[in-house]
Amino acid sequence: MADEVILLDLWSSPFAMRVRIALAEKGIEYESKEEDLSNKSSLLLKMNPVHKQIPVLIHKGRPVCESLIIVQYIDEVWRDKSPLLPSHPCDRANARFWADFVDKKIYSTGKLVWATTGEVQEAAKKELIGCFNVLEGELGDKPYFGGDKFGFTDVSLIPFYSWFYAMETCGNFNIIEDCPKLVAWAKRCMERESVSKSLPDQYKIYCFLMGLKKKLDAK
Amino acid sequence: MSEEVKVFGAWGSPFSRRVELALRLKGVQYEYIEEDIFNNKSPLLLKYNPVHKKVPVLLHNGKPIAESLVILEYIEETWKSNPILPEDPYDKAMARFWAKFLDDKCLPALWKAGWSPENEREKAVEEACECLKTLEGALNGKRFFGGATVGLVDIAANFIAHWLGIIQEATGHELLSAEKFPHLFKWTDEFVSCSIVKESLPPRDKLLAFFKDRIAGAMDAPTEASK
Repeated sequence: MADEVILLDLWSSPFAMRVRIALAEKGIEYESKEEDLSNKSSLLLKMNPVHKQIPVLIHKGRPVCESLIIVQYIDEVWRDKSPLLPSHPCDRANARFWADFVDKKIYSTGKLVWATTGEVQEAAKKELIGCFNVLEGELGDKPYFGGDKFGFTDVSLIPFYSWFYAMETCGNFNIIEDCPKLVAWAKRCMERESVSKSLPDQYKIYCFLMGLKKKLDAK
Repeated sequence: MSEEVKVFGAWGSPFSRRVELALRLKGVQYEYIEEDIFNNKSPLLLKYNPVHKKVPVLLHNGKPIAESLVILEYIEETWKSNPILPEDPYDKAMARFWAKFLDDKCLPALWKAGWSPENEREKAVEEACECLKTLEGALNGKRFFGGATVGLVDIAANFIAHWLGIIQEATGHELLSAEKFPHLFKWTDEFVSCSIVKESLPPRDKLLAFFKDRIAGAMDAPTEASK
């Protein structure tokens, strides 16, 4: 029943991508409502009055906000198919820890790479590679962060792969040189339909981010 | 079943006190290890939390878990007595939402408002009050955020119940008043009155002295070291 699940969405948002991936992994039908953040809908303001941000999942009329909280909600409600979190509390804690690490580090650092220049950008590039190397350490030789199965930490991180072209072009570097394991992991994730259908084309994201950058520079 | 439970914490850190409170609420015995987070973090802490190098860390049967909210969820899933999260997925999502709001927005805003220089204070206080107003609404007249009993959100809001009042006294600036936020104010009382909560809070006079020293010394924000 498509009208039971609505996603207040934004094609370019890595956070919305997380939710789209989770919904696709579970085979959940839903209605996507694309938001214009410069002209937020009354529905968005009503469903997320605290942050007024996307993504928001509306399930049977009730809103769930914050991308990782939404992904956990989806995993718990549609628990019989493709579990995203492992079953053992230790492994679950590990998955949550690394998703939290992604939340704390990747968005803000990545943004500095495509949005700034000069010393600030150089420092951000270094920090980003450092964070990616830490993640590679955690990944090890496993196909996915949770082991053999695509899961919560993968969902939290893979949307930022859509930023790679923009970051590499702006920062004049190749992420694969410093982070070959991570890029291999990303390509492996992209082989999943849930991921490839949820992530926009990297060039399209690059153009979008450059538009954002112009606006930021103008301020 | 003997199991090894250790908490690496700092006496004044609301984040490590969250973990201790959750363990106590569930009747779990643990060994506490005090870390000198400002000057001399132990090799064990750095080994168990190499990524962030912070307290708290929970060590359970040799396995370390870091980040207080991650630890709280682990505690909830491992020891089933006195649940701190609701069973219903929607209610659980709401609890997680408020806990994240506290960590991402509320605590930083309150901290900033407490320590802002004169010229930045008005804006910082305005933002902090917006957060408190939002929390007042979230409480919605309930006794605790968790309903009839202390839950995840109450534990996550421990800073507001105890640390905030002490900072207010040290700085002379009031943020959380009974007039402006009557339900939240009452909640702070209800929360600290619970005997298990009381046992898990740092001594008031020791914290007050710490904050007064901070004002005198005008240090940088210590929350980074203690989170």
